[in-house]
Amino acid sequence: MLQHLPVLPLLIPLLAGVLMLMPPIAGTLQRQRVFGTLAALLQLLATITLLWQVNQHGPIVYAMGEWQPPFGIVLVADRLATLMSVLTALLLLCVQLFSCAGEDQKGKFLHPLLMFQALGIQGAFLTGDLFNLFVFFEVLLIASYALLIHGGGPQKTLANVHYVTLNLAGSALFLFALGIMYGTFGTLNMADMQLRAAHIVKSDVQLAESGAMLLLVVFGLKSAMMPLHFWMPKAYSVAPAPVAALFAIMTKVGIYSLWRVHSTIFGDGAGELANIAQPWLWPLAWLTIVIGIIATLASKTLRELTANMVIVSVGSLLLMVTLNTREATASALYYLIHSTLATALMFLVAGLIVSQRGKAEDRFVQARPVAQPALLGLLFMLAALALIGMPPISGFIGKALMLKAALASHQAGWIWPPILLASLAALLMLARSGSTLFWRTRGENAGEVKVHPAQLTAVCLLVITLPLMVVFAGWITEYTQAAAQDMTRSLSVPLRIPGDTDA
Amino acid sequence: MEFTFAMSVGVLTTAGIYLMLRAQTFPVILGLTLLSYAVNLFLFASGRLTVNGAAIVGHSQAYADPLPQALVLTAIVIGFAMTAFVLILAIRARSDLGNDHVDGRELPPERSAMEDALANRIEKNQARQNRSRKKPANHQQAQQNNVKRKPT
Repeated sequence: MLQHLPVLPLLIPLLAGVLMLMPPIAGTLQRQRVFGTLAALLQLLATITLLWQVNQHGPIVYAMGEWQPPFGIVLVADRLATLMSVLTALLLLCVQLFSCAGEDQKGKFLHPLLMFQALGIQGAFLTGDLFNLFVFFEVLLIASYALLIHGGGPQKTLANVHYVTLNLAGSALFLFALGIMYGTFGTLNMADMQLRAAHIVKSDVQLAESGAMLLLVVFGLKSAMMPLHFWMPKAYSVAPAPVAALFAIMTKVGIYSLWRVHSTIFGDGAGELANIAQPWLWPLAWLTIVIGIIATLASKTLRELTANMVIVSVGSLLLMVTLNTREATASALYYLIHSTLATALMFLVAGLIVSQRGKAEDRFVQARPVAQPALLGLLFMLAALALIGMPPISGFIGKALMLKAALASHQAGWIWPPILLASLAALLMLARSGSTLFWRTRGENAGEVKVHPAQLTAVCLLVITLPLMVVFAGWITEYTQAAAQDMTRSLSVPLRIPGDTDA
Repeated sequence: MEFTFAMSVGVLTTAGIYLMLRAQTFPVILGLTLLSYAVNLFLFASGRLTVNGAAIVGHSQAYADPLPQALVLTAIVIGFAMTAFVLILAIRARSDLGNDHVDGRELPPERSAMEDALANRIEKNQARQNRSRKKPANHQQAQQNNVKRKPT
């Protein structure tokens, strides 16, 4: 049982999703809710066990169907992958709980779709094969296409048309890049590619370079990097609250892929191809933050504001990817966990505010008060503190770690101002939006919509993780340091080539 | 053969990108489809082109790389599913938004240069006629006003 642990985070959502579409469970919404929540819990347990195993005994390489690498497809569960996997499972559990409160009545198949989305994300994190990464990207994308339009309406349809078209074009570029990679490297196994990167034939170097650049475009599109971010605020701000919360990790899939491909395969040891994305990533990451700050200041609704702050956090993470030192990666990982959870929390709180404010939804205008101002106000304040990065909550530690990593690499003059300014912009906008949403009120709220216990549980679960990240900051940073260390020498992944085993 | 192959990939890609930049959803979808054809051909060639070679070792003198063929198969299946989805989505958008513009708004009908010239001339003529008609009209009105004023 234990040797099959790395495949469990994929199998659980896959089987759960399929079973939910079949008669005994598909029959009533109640059964789907219970089953979905149980599956999400099980997945969280499996990923935590996997994390513990990997932390104790080092990375696990799992050959699917015993087909040995580099020809078979492998799952590689190292510290980085399992950390992301746990984060996904936690997020799925919260989102699943939240959607039990009525969001799943607005359209069909919300619970199975959430499971398939989780399958795609987990697969993208755990796979050790570049083509398999593409396949899992498609799995998570097709689930997200359906999730984004859940509930229907012209706004969602319009956002979805843009989102789907852009991502289909992105997928085509991804395939072009994969073709180039296979043509030049002769393999698509990531560990194998890393080994061969330094020994590419001279005439193929330029071709491989163009492939790497295409991949940069693809991952930039997924992670909402500067010129490719236009789809993002719209899609995230019209998506239903639980879906937007789950999407909080989708941009991080792009960042993760950048680490895997551009920091590891085309890392320092890649000979002529070493760090080829760096000169492009520098200005793009920097501009992403700047654009994010401007967009933050111009936001008109709370959900749009949160989506724009995702762009800022993506920019900060991209800067750390560009630095590509051990400290930078470790601090970025800590910040990544924090920003994913905080963003998800803010999207859920925004969902609650939308449901209680009537027609004004979450626009920053004078409108009727929310039904539960004390509860929602408190939740909003906690989420805002987390997003800004104020001291008692984990955002502060994440940002401080990133600033420290920048200081060590002598690039602080470039990196400090945008990150600090982003915090200031967030502080300004969240203070303004909070006072508008909760204090500039008119009339009375009849109070027919209250926060559902399931919603409250989901939100509280996310709220609790934030102080926990502060309490266990020492342990987490140690872990992320080790994960960053692993990443630079993932060469140690054993590659058993069938012909070589006899020798 | 390489030249023909490369040209067909190039032409398909160009046509696909051109169509993707159009403003209506249907050409955009056609463009995506063409692009996915181009990608499939390109992937097929990534294992180098081999003539008269089976993908199984030992069945023919030369053998073709089987992996790109497996990749293409996967890519075709995924591309097919995605195209089906985007078609349905486009129909949904057409009914939800009332038009098939990618941004969901009506465009003014396109006019050719000749139509432009014609429209210009018609406008000018009308303007001239209006001016020539207005003068007597104003004159009459002024007279009427005068007539009206007189009794008061």
